[in-house]
Amino acid sequence: MTNHWVDIKNADLIFVMGGNPAEAHPCGFKWAIEAKKNRKAKLVVVDPRFNRTASVADYYAPIRPGSDIAFLGGVINYLLSNDKIHHDYVKAYTNASFLIDDGYGFEDGIFTGYNDEKRSYDKATWKYQMGEDGFAKVDETLQNPRCAFQLLKAHYARYTPDMVAKVCGTPKEAFLKVCEYIAETAAPNKTMTNLYALGWTEHSVGSQNIRCMAIIQLLLGNMGMAGGGINALRGHANVQGITDFALYAQNLPGYLAVPSDAEPDLKTFLEKKTPKMLRPGQMNFGQNLPKWYVSLHKAWWGNAATKENGFAYDFMPKLAGASDVLSIFDQMYQGKINGFLCQGFNPLASVANKKKVSDALAKLKYMVVMDPLATDTSEFWKPHGEFNDVKPAEIQTEVFRLPTSLFAETTGSFTNSGRVIQWRWKAVDAPGDAKDDTEIMATLFLKLKDMYAKDGGAYSEPIQKLTWAYRIPTKPSAEELMMEYNGKALADVLDPKDPTKVLVKAGDQLPSFAMLRDDGSTTCGNWIYCGVWSQAGNNSARRDNSDPSGLGQTLNWGFAWPVNRRILYNRASADPSGKPWDPQRTVLKWLGDKWGGNDIPDMRPDAAPDQNVMPFIMTGEGVGRLFAVGLMAEGPFPEHYEPFESPLETNPMHPKNPKARANPAARVYKGDMEAFGTAKDFPYVGTTYRLTEHFHYWTKQSQINAIMQPEQFVEIGEELAKEKGIAIGDKVKVRSNRGFIKAVAVVTKRIKALDVDGQKVHTIGIPIHYGFKGATKPGFITNTLTPFVGDANTQTPEYKAFLVNIEKA
Amino acid sequence: MKMNRRQFFKVCSAGLGGSSIALMGFSPNAALAEVRTFKLARATETRNICPYCSVSCGVLIYSTGDKSKNTPGKIIHIEGDPDNPVNRGTLCPKGAGLRDMVQSANRLKWPEVREPGSAEWKKISWQEAFDRIAKHMKADRDANFVAQNKDGVTVNRWTSTAFLASSAAPNEAGYLTVKTIRALGMTSIDTQARI
Repeated sequence: MTNHWVDIKNADLIFVMGGNPAEAHPCGFKWAIEAKKNRKAKLVVVDPRFNRTASVADYYAPIRPGSDIAFLGGVINYLLSNDKIHHDYVKAYTNASFLIDDGYGFEDGIFTGYNDEKRSYDKATWKYQMGEDGFAKVDETLQNPRCAFQLLKAHYARYTPDMVAKVCGTPKEAFLKVCEYIAETAAPNKTMTNLYALGWTEHSVGSQNIRCMAIIQLLLGNMGMAGGGINALRGHANVQGITDFALYAQNLPGYLAVPSDAEPDLKTFLEKKTPKMLRPGQMNFGQNLPKWYVSLHKAWWGNAATKENGFAYDFMPKLAGASDVLSIFDQMYQGKINGFLCQGFNPLASVANKKKVSDALAKLKYMVVMDPLATDTSEFWKPHGEFNDVKPAEIQTEVFRLPTSLFAETTGSFTNSGRVIQWRWKAVDAPGDAKDDTEIMATLFLKLKDMYAKDGGAYSEPIQKLTWAYRIPTKPSAEELMMEYNGKALADVLDPKDPTKVLVKAGDQLPSFAMLRDDGSTTCGNWIYCGVWSQAGNNSARRDNSDPSGLGQTLNWGFAWPVNRRILYNRASADPSGKPWDPQRTVLKWLGDKWGGNDIPDMRPDAAPDQNVMPFIMTGEGVGRLFAVGLMAEGPFPEHYEPFESPLETNPMHPKNPKARANPAARVYKGDMEAFGTAKDFPYVGTTYRLTEHFHYWTKQSQINAIMQPEQFVEIGEELAKEKGIAIGDKVKVRSNRGFIKAVAVVTKRIKALDVDGQKVHTIGIPIHYGFKGATKPGFITNTLTPFVGDANTQTPEYKAFLVNIEKA
Repeated sequence: MKMNRRQFFKVCSAGLGGSSIALMGFSPNAALAEVRTFKLARATETRNICPYCSVSCGVLIYSTGDKSKNTPGKIIHIEGDPDNPVNRGTLCPKGAGLRDMVQSANRLKWPEVREPGSAEWKKISWQEAFDRIAKHMKADRDANFVAQNKDGVTVNRWTSTAFLASSAAPNEAGYLTVKTIRALGMTSIDTQARI
């Protein structure tokens, strides 16, 4: 979230699309209700199902799964053609005025630079025109046809209300009504908050769904405002924290770049990865990368990381190309992965195409499951009737299952979706011989270290030299670990403006990442968390919930990253002269000599407004990007592409270009393209969803949740039920080209058939929560049905739009 | 004056404190007057966070015992933390079942192995589990570690064992995990956060 849960109460319009917070995030959704009650805020919901969020909305519009970009592109066109934008904001705080390279273009669904064999783009032209002064060229009048604003206008002119209705199946008047609600927040003192979740991410165009909203919020001037922003309602209680710590291949903690083969030494790496300033006088905060990166190596390899060896640059493994759940299981499927450690994760249930995942696991030599519960994954080799039809004798994988503790049995911190880090205390011991994840990882690591010291083997210096100053080596405590990743000064940290002044004494915990140095004199395991354990102690354990701002900022409750800032880009909540756009909801204002207000400034504290330091400090140009320079896989502007499995034969926006039917830059593995079904055999759209009584594949293990929602079902509309002769309570079989599930049919008015491009499209809703292990009735794994293809940027699988057929079982 | 239990409470809640009951000119039956303390008053209260969705609601966990070494506690109740500024004491239908999650019949209690081709689990000791797993990891790492790529660039990576990480583990477990697996050279890493 750019904002936070309680801040939702400050909105004038709550726009929910791609999420269902009333059921999936009920205790956070109360803040939407507060906004309705106390501010007379409106709630607008766009979703394929009339879900419980829709049931309390002021307005609801239906949409076909997988057509969100067409809808949102239509909103962009509406705002531009009806002049419903926040002009001063757009001009000052976005790249609307930036001139784009003359080579950039877009034709029949494809942007410049496409290579259809590689299914990827050469992004060389997706950039700014650069002046002789080394800065990007701008046209303040926004009239130049090559400026981002004019290109945006031209790009979305095709997304007319009629086109939206044709592609999305949303009635035209419903679409226009939604536009009217959104357009009202173009007023400088009106804000819209956007709440989204997996309904946007789980598409082959997931990232571009969100990009559309970024464009809309920039046009409306809603970024940085109280009650504004783009707010991802995320998954697990610590999904934000685990993402921040980069438990994935493409980043290091704090979203730092990972060295690749193209950067053989530290100097080359830092030169390539440190962003350049694109407009004069901007903060370009990313220029501090060397300080963050060197401090990480110092935290991990201590004295072994010296200036001479590039701070042990070679100790960090270089990225080996794609690495994400889909690519990992594809590699496993091809027999290229021998071992698999699975920590609190149930991929047999949660990854697309269960059959492929199961076959992949069967090719492993060894697998280690660390989990508090007996998961489906840990028993992929065990027959469970038709729910898991396998032959153990044919599966040679050696499987270990290690019991771990649950939340109530450990101490440590979680980071919520609003980036607030909160400390938790252990209540009871874990049952039996179960151990904490930290003890398991520490013991395994120390054992390997010992074996390498005794027996030798492949390069083990990074293992031998890894810092390990824990009081009990096999049980590093949560306190020790938080202090370590916060970081400390190894030598006195001096004030660069006055070197006689010591800012932090050697040995002290660092108060903020502003103290990090690139000369090896500071350590920090995750720069964005720096300050969470300062000399003042554990700031994540603070429990003062007072709120003098009245905005719900509670600055003394826990600790938000970065530097306890609660609303990102908050400089944009004030006009260029430093006056709040809405004085009733002041987040930040210029006090004459410094920035102050109700938040930690997202700005250099002494940057006077006339210095023109712009609010989006992490970009080299200081402004928000309507035109995304060279970052997105499939284009600088979002374009509608059909889901890989679509009921339509062509993309209605580009009916003559088969290359532009589905995302041209999405990665599809051999065998998976062939496993896509067509509308001839699978005429209905399948979309997965979640129930309010269950959480993923986890609560099926809990008795009370199993009592509340005991059995797998699928939801179909009355019209389809009648057509198929299916009555409520009938057992049905739902098939995709990858397999089938059987479940009880629930016939409702909540999913209606839509008229899409002249054809009737039915959608079948499929809750995900069931499997063959748990307290619920044994069920089929829903992801038996889903396709093995992901978003072109994040590789998040397309769980929300695929093709199925249905019949009475 | 005879009162049943319900009437008695009604009178008391109408504004008469316990001490003024005698002023009413009666003394209720002894069994009715006995004040039962709440079970929770004797429990140990611990602040924690619901592990399900990313609202990360504050919870209060009530357990028996006082956390002294030889009196293992048992959770008897979990409810929302009213001090938490986000959930303000509420929990949803998912979080309302937290105690049953902690005490699920499917909790794992000891290490187990399923040997290749076998149809059953076998209980093993932690010592055996760590020994066997470490042996597998070292053998695979030694056989497949790539020190340099084909162009002679130092890459120091181990791609043939993969690691998938939880999104429900605390930050500190995540940090130690990423620190150790990167030091081992692992690059086939991903997290549940992606999906």
